[in-house]
Amino acid sequence: METMGLAPWLVGFPLIGAAVLLLGGRRTNRWGHWLGVLAPTASFVAGLVMLVALLGRSADERAIVTTLGTWFHAGPLTVEAAFRVDPLSLTFVMLVTFVGSLIHLYSVAYMEHDRDRRRFFGYLNLFVAAMLLLVLADSYLLLFVGWEGVGLASFLLIGFWDHKLENAVAGKKAFVMNRVGDMGLIVAMMLMVWQFGSVSFDDVLGGASHLGSGPATAMGLMLLLAACGKSAQFPLQAWLGDAMAGPTPVSALIHAATMVTAGVYLLVRSHAILEAAPNAQLVVVIVGAITLLFGAIVGCAKDDIKKALAASTMSQIGYMMLAAGLGPIGYAFAIFHLVTHGFFKAGLFLGAGSVMHAMDDSVDMRRFGGLARALPITAITMGLGWLAILGVPPFSGFFSKDKIIEAAFVGEGWRPWVFGIVALLGAGITAFYMSRLFFMTFAGRRRWPAHDGHETHPHEAPWLMRWPMIILAVGSVFLGFLLQLGGRFTTWLEPSTGHAVHGEPVIPVWLLLTLTLVLVVLGAWLAFRLYAVGPVPVEAPHGSALVRAARHDLYQDPVNETAVMLPGQVLTRTLVYADRSAVDASFLQLASGVRRSGDGLRKAQNGYVRTYAATSLGGLLVVAAVVWALAG
Amino acid sequence: MNDFHAPLIDWAAVSPVLIVLGAGVVGVLVEAFVPARLRRTVQVALALVALAGAVVAVGLLWSSVHQSARLSVGDSFDLTPFGLAIQGIVAALAFLSVLVMADRSGGQDAFAPTAAAVPGSRYEEEARRAGLEQTEVFPLMLFSTGGMLLFTATDDLIVLFIALEVLSLPLYVLCATARRRRLLSQEAAFKYFLLGAFASALTIFGIALLYGFAGSVHLPVITDALAGRGSTPLQGLHVLAITGIVLVSAGLLFKVGAAPFHTWTPDVYTGAPTPITGFMAVCTKAAAVGALVRVLFYLGQGFDAPTRHEVQVLLWAVAIATMAIGTIVGAVQTDIKRLLAYSSIAHAGFIIVALVGFSEAGAKAVLFYLAAYGLATLGAFAVVSLVRERLTTGEGGEKDSVILGEATHLAQWAGIGRKAPWLTAAFALFMLSMAGIPLTAGFLAKFGAFSAAVDAGAWPLALLGVVASAISVFFYVRLIVLMVLTPAPDAGVEGAAAAEHAAADVAPGGVATATQQVTRAVVTVMTGWSPATVVVTVCAIGVVLLGVVPASVLDLAAGAAKFVP
Repeated sequence: METMGLAPWLVGFPLIGAAVLLLGGRRTNRWGHWLGVLAPTASFVAGLVMLVALLGRSADERAIVTTLGTWFHAGPLTVEAAFRVDPLSLTFVMLVTFVGSLIHLYSVAYMEHDRDRRRFFGYLNLFVAAMLLLVLADSYLLLFVGWEGVGLASFLLIGFWDHKLENAVAGKKAFVMNRVGDMGLIVAMMLMVWQFGSVSFDDVLGGASHLGSGPATAMGLMLLLAACGKSAQFPLQAWLGDAMAGPTPVSALIHAATMVTAGVYLLVRSHAILEAAPNAQLVVVIVGAITLLFGAIVGCAKDDIKKALAASTMSQIGYMMLAAGLGPIGYAFAIFHLVTHGFFKAGLFLGAGSVMHAMDDSVDMRRFGGLARALPITAITMGLGWLAILGVPPFSGFFSKDKIIEAAFVGEGWRPWVFGIVALLGAGITAFYMSRLFFMTFAGRRRWPAHDGHETHPHEAPWLMRWPMIILAVGSVFLGFLLQLGGRFTTWLEPSTGHAVHGEPVIPVWLLLTLTLVLVVLGAWLAFRLYAVGPVPVEAPHGSALVRAARHDLYQDPVNETAVMLPGQVLTRTLVYADRSAVDASFLQLASGVRRSGDGLRKAQNGYVRTYAATSLGGLLVVAAVVWALAG
Repeated sequence: MNDFHAPLIDWAAVSPVLIVLGAGVVGVLVEAFVPARLRRTVQVALALVALAGAVVAVGLLWSSVHQSARLSVGDSFDLTPFGLAIQGIVAALAFLSVLVMADRSGGQDAFAPTAAAVPGSRYEEEARRAGLEQTEVFPLMLFSTGGMLLFTATDDLIVLFIALEVLSLPLYVLCATARRRRLLSQEAAFKYFLLGAFASALTIFGIALLYGFAGSVHLPVITDALAGRGSTPLQGLHVLAITGIVLVSAGLLFKVGAAPFHTWTPDVYTGAPTPITGFMAVCTKAAAVGALVRVLFYLGQGFDAPTRHEVQVLLWAVAIATMAIGTIVGAVQTDIKRLLAYSSIAHAGFIIVALVGFSEAGAKAVLFYLAAYGLATLGAFAVVSLVRERLTTGEGGEKDSVILGEATHLAQWAGIGRKAPWLTAAFALFMLSMAGIPLTAGFLAKFGAFSAAVDAGAWPLALLGVVASAISVFFYVRLIVLMVLTPAPDAGVEGAAAAEHAAADVAPGGVATATQQVTRAVVTVMTGWSPATVVVTVCAIGVVLLGVVPASVLDLAAGAAKFVP
């Protein structure tokens, strides 16, 4: 029991770190980054202790709630400040603190020359604290605090280099689009209070099976909206690409490995609600399917290495969403893929950071090429991550993604065919764009830019940056295999997600496996032909309509601007105009009226007693006359 | 001729009045017999002890007065819970006023060395050099307070009139005692005296008419006569009664500072020494409102529907005019003391709004309003007395400078937030309270006043009150903006600006503001602990406490209002 009392400290360590770094001011500049590394590491150690303790328990005793006290009473609603440690939350704790610690370490070197490194670490710690609060909370409201906290940290870190306008704009864009999703969570909580009079997991999820289909569907869709905002899913996906404006470690930690997967966490955590609302479940699957294709298509055309990775993140989270919407068959695989993805995508981003480090912060893959010889360690670690995301056996991604594709083919009627084929196609496209990224960067001819007649001389990053990449690469290789051994991970999650049912896909598993691998090899081979063997022009060619569309994120921004922003602007302008011309104008008229009558009346105060006495007497007579008149 | 029967006097009931008046008499003796160097200390101590004693006496009387609903002495002294509550407010605020009066920040107090000297004469200069001090202000102030305490504790109109004069006459003198701008001060005192006499004449004429109507100056008898239970030949003459009531009300409204009897207020508040202005603005108003409530509510018991309606029309008209003039003319003022004067006029309007229903809720609201208004206003005037001009005479900087009078022009208040952040914060708090911003005492006070009016069906009046409050927010907040956000002008520019505004300030006729402006004076704020800053602190704490935890005070007010009048 004592070990479980550590739960609040998981949040506490990074929170204290953030407080010290952000409030301590310049005094902490010298050692602040090390404190920043220490905080998530301490949480990791605490999490490890709890993991061991939890593994020592039988499966039905693996959900422990630690209550700090009552947060507040509001009428009939009481909210406890409670933390829930169970396999699901602890999985996230381990992912967040482990990957988080590595990325903190990487950042020490990556941000070495930044004036505001201390502030950067303060924000990172704040993020870790908020993310841990999000996954450890035992009620939707406390989860919401973490949810907003990670949103804040994300906003602060995307716009970290806010001296450039576009970075600040990107931060704002992410913040605003996330607000849309947050409204979903707020409405969902309102529905919960209406239906259950509570927002705690026990009350809500325990009572979900008794929900009517209407409220359950509404709740499910609102939770999906929240998840779409946080996880950059269609139709709230547009912010993620721009979020790459933040420093690369931020992209690795927040916008690849952890925060963007919070939506998947929310849906898996709320599986009882989704199961009570099959229609909402279907929408979840559709959103996942659309996003995974969307991201994959966009990823094929991006020349910006980080944006290509961002598109890939979006697409991979689409897989997770799809799995989460499939029902009990998919929850464990959604989380499984989330964990392996956290490793290899973080590794890929750190690799991209290392490439940028070597190439003067350039992100244009058309100016890379042939970097494998200059950056061998980066090339190897990224190569392992690349194989993992492709789903090549026996790398991590193979075990997690293939299971999702398999699960998508389970069912009756049209669904398995549609969703299964989308998932399968996605795997092929993923293979193409990730191979494209890898080959454009590390293979082919050198297309390095020259500065003032000097050749670029890329060199490997310092060891402080290399080690995190190596560790994550090792994870990308073995983690999937280790966790799937004997269905270990699925069994571990059972207390949180329920028993994973097993279904037979509509086409035999061996055929499915072969098809997937054939598609993957096909995609990779195509990319190899085009980008490793063939010449890569330094200027992007005009391309077909589809390529151009993909390059512009399938016109997501113009669509959003026309459909939402423009009407919104018209509305606000109208309101501002009405405010100016009606409200303000009448107010100003009142003000000038007051001033004018004040100036007029002031003249009566002329300093002569005779005038004063006359005023009094005259006033008295007028009042008396009025009184008499009314007296009749 | 009846034999003279000595009335049975309940000494406890009259103790607050007796303590204060007695201390006043002792103060006069002090002037005569205590050596000059000790006189001031003794006078201040005496005044403080007397007023503290009065507050304690009010506290001790509280439960017995509440049990018996009233304590009467003879036919003329009649202490009700409401009157006692007013006495408590007046005594407590007078206590704080004495502290402001005793303040000597900058080396000298606010009073002339010899108020009787001709301004600018050699005699005055010599008195100043000799370091004389006019310590008579303290006994005068005690006499005035004694009159105020008596004002609300009588049901005899003649005693009421005497109390009115007892409280007014010392004030006339006190107004003339300013150390600086003496002509302005004397002018203010003279104006106050003339107009006060005029108002007194109206009052006594009203009393005479009521006597004619009811054959008595005793409120219960007049009430009976109004209710048709009297036995005088003229009691059918309704117009006599209503005219009498209007005239008596006019006299009391003069002291309250309500329009159209407000005209003395800006000039007198500007000219009088600031501690006296604060005292007048707070204590006189509280006592006068108390007397008005007593008279009107008592007589109201005997009103038939038409009479009640007529008196309500009177109050409506006065309330509307007062709020309008207070806020509208207040918005264009450029002198802090004048601005506060108009603010106090506006507040008088809000108080009258609470009265129109003749209801218990109204009386309760009035009590709370007086406490809230009193704290904020007294604190504000205390701050005004600390914002001073400093004239640098040599090159030695602050060492060679003398502290002059108050810097009352608003332009001089620009940027003093930097010089004295705490005083500015307190002043801002007082302004916000006067504006009626939530979490300050002023908000609950206005809320109580307006809701009493709405309960009485006078919602248009409450609506006008809210509009007037909104307008008044403008000049309160403008002051805060001026103090906090506007940068302070440098000394040279300021001196020029001051000279300029001195020229601009002279009203047509030029008599009202014949002031001598000191050029090249810089504005300085007397920070550091002094009696005035203590008062500011106490008032600020009071304003916040009344705003945040008003329950106990509201309960006291509700208890006191239960037995109106």
